[in-house]
Amino acid sequence: MTNHFQKSWLSGVGISLALAASATMAEEVELSGFIAGDLRAYPQSPRHDGQSDAHLNPSLVIQPELRYEWNDGDDRVSFIPYLRLDPQDARRTHGDIRELNWLHRADGWDIKVGADKVFWGVAESNHLIDIINQTDAVEDIDGEDKLGQPMVNFGFQQDWGSLNLIAMPYFRERTFAGRGGRLRSSMIVDTDQTTYDSGAKEWAPDFAVRYATYIGDWDIGLAHFHGTSREATLRVGTDGGGSAVWVPHYDRIDQTSIDVQATIEEWLWKLEAMTRSGQGDRFGAFVAGLEYTYFGVSESGADLGLLAEYQYDGRDSDAPSVSTDNDIFLGARYTLNDTDDTDILGGVVYDHENHTTFFQVEADTRLNDNWTIEGELRVLGHVAADDPYFGVRDDHHLQIRLSRYF
Amino acid sequence: MKKIILSTVTAAWVAGGVGVGLYAPAALADDAADKGRAIAEEWDRRDLGFGDTKAKLRMVLQNRHGETSEREMYINTLEVPGEGDGDKSLVYFEHPRDIKGTALLSYAHILDPDDQWLYLPKLKRVKRISSTNKSGPFVGSEFAFEDISAQELGKYTYKWLRDEPCGELTCAVLEQTPLYENSGYTKQVTWYDLSEYRQQKVEYYDRKGELLKTLEFRDYQQYLGKYWRADELFMTNHQTGKKTSLVYESYEFQTGLSEGDFRKNTLKRLQ
Repeated sequence: MTNHFQKSWLSGVGISLALAASATMAEEVELSGFIAGDLRAYPQSPRHDGQSDAHLNPSLVIQPELRYEWNDGDDRVSFIPYLRLDPQDARRTHGDIRELNWLHRADGWDIKVGADKVFWGVAESNHLIDIINQTDAVEDIDGEDKLGQPMVNFGFQQDWGSLNLIAMPYFRERTFAGRGGRLRSSMIVDTDQTTYDSGAKEWAPDFAVRYATYIGDWDIGLAHFHGTSREATLRVGTDGGGSAVWVPHYDRIDQTSIDVQATIEEWLWKLEAMTRSGQGDRFGAFVAGLEYTYFGVSESGADLGLLAEYQYDGRDSDAPSVSTDNDIFLGARYTLNDTDDTDILGGVVYDHENHTTFFQVEADTRLNDNWTIEGELRVLGHVAADDPYFGVRDDHHLQIRLSRYF
Repeated sequence: MKKIILSTVTAAWVAGGVGVGLYAPAALADDAADKGRAIAEEWDRRDLGFGDTKAKLRMVLQNRHGETSEREMYINTLEVPGEGDGDKSLVYFEHPRDIKGTALLSYAHILDPDDQWLYLPKLKRVKRISSTNKSGPFVGSEFAFEDISAQELGKYTYKWLRDEPCGELTCAVLEQTPLYENSGYTKQVTWYDLSEYRQQKVEYYDRKGELLKTLEFRDYQQYLGKYWRADELFMTNHQTGKKTSLVYESYEFQTGLSEGDFRKNTLKRLQ
């Protein structure tokens, strides 16, 4: 299926590129991107059958970015392929087309056709309303890595705000760890048995509309999504060999959301809220919180930001389970404002019903013009048996990423 | 009385006179504040109508050991007519590569905090950020946010200190006190040359009243036969020994940029 998808996309791109090439070749194709080596260290041995028992998990990432502009930048083709090689997890070894699109910009409107990424939201601890792109969940557990989503995105930018109309002809399935990989539950997810609400399966089109504006200190977004849920409901099944597996099912849903940020002096007040139908009873969810920054806490001008957010989700057991149901997030961000753009973000998410506790620290800095280094430490404290983190309770890890940008 | 004298002077300028009239009579000599304000007004007036600019620049950061690192960025500016509000600007980075595509959109205001949005290309996220941090370093350089944001007449009170030679020119030296909140400076001392009313040098005094930084404007060029821009802005931090040079590699005026190029959601289509 992936191959089919890529083929149809590639032919689309072929046409766009041919068009681009037949236009003026005065400007050249611009190449940038990065190559990175990741090293994850798991101090504890794996808990589940089939997982690699190596404590060190190296992997390699390549993401070149090609851009070609013409018409004085009013037209642009972008191509961003992605590849990860993970010797321990065959599923995590995967490629994707993060972007492959043509953008046309005009005065007051634009159109983008092809695979792209769209982000919605304001909160830090949970990207609740960000629904356009499927999560590339095999990459990381923070949900911030996304698969390229094929779309036609028509945008108006006017004095009254911006309006985007998005049609998505093809659905991308979520990625899940394979048998050898860490950060999975005891059973693997068998994506060969995926089922859908819609008879058209992944070809059932999705539609979204978003209006965003700002009024003084307030930034406001309203959106509606009609289509296939990006979250899978997992049901117990068996694979060809008779082993128990999770079988993903994707429902058709309607989701209406609002996101608001008030930026008042050192304070950022944030709210993301949504209501969704199509997965059991209609339910609501929100993440709300604040960020306060102490500017210039050091002689050299470093900033210290304090974050607090509350996550609520009212879904019932017919909907895909989430960990962000009744959780408090507390965090701090230390930004050095130095020439190497060093910053450190640390936080804890605490579920005040089942007491599951998850600690996280991220830091990154630039080594020189081309190299950066990032570190990520994830530690699970208490994990309740009914929490989605239960299967990964022994997967504390430290990840170091060394990146070479070009 | 003051008002009358001032308006007379202003009328003389509008009638095509240059700043010479300012210094001939003793009329203003007894009022350093009015004299300072009049010089700043002339500096402001001579830049009216620039419309918009597109600039490509290189930032060279130098630490106290002389080690350097570089950034490349583009700055688009849109003049917002009238004295009531500041200009709009869009800065986007080309180098170093790990921050390529990162962009900052600012709507400057005279005394209120600016409206600022940051675009993070990795997440494709546009984030409204607090602009209270006027005195914080801009991308790790010796330029504070308040140094790079739009210089507007109404942001300071002015006091003329003296006239003195500055290189081959003669400069009026003005003490400028920020009126907006959260400035890192108690005052700035600015040198304006009296031939073209360009800022030649600025000294920044920190909250303790001590000399913190000096900004030098080097190699002024005239564009469209009217608007002066320095090829290089050189900032020295006297307290840390660090230096930052902003080198303009190209400058274009009246390129046809409009409001539509400075909207929050147009950030997303930069890259």
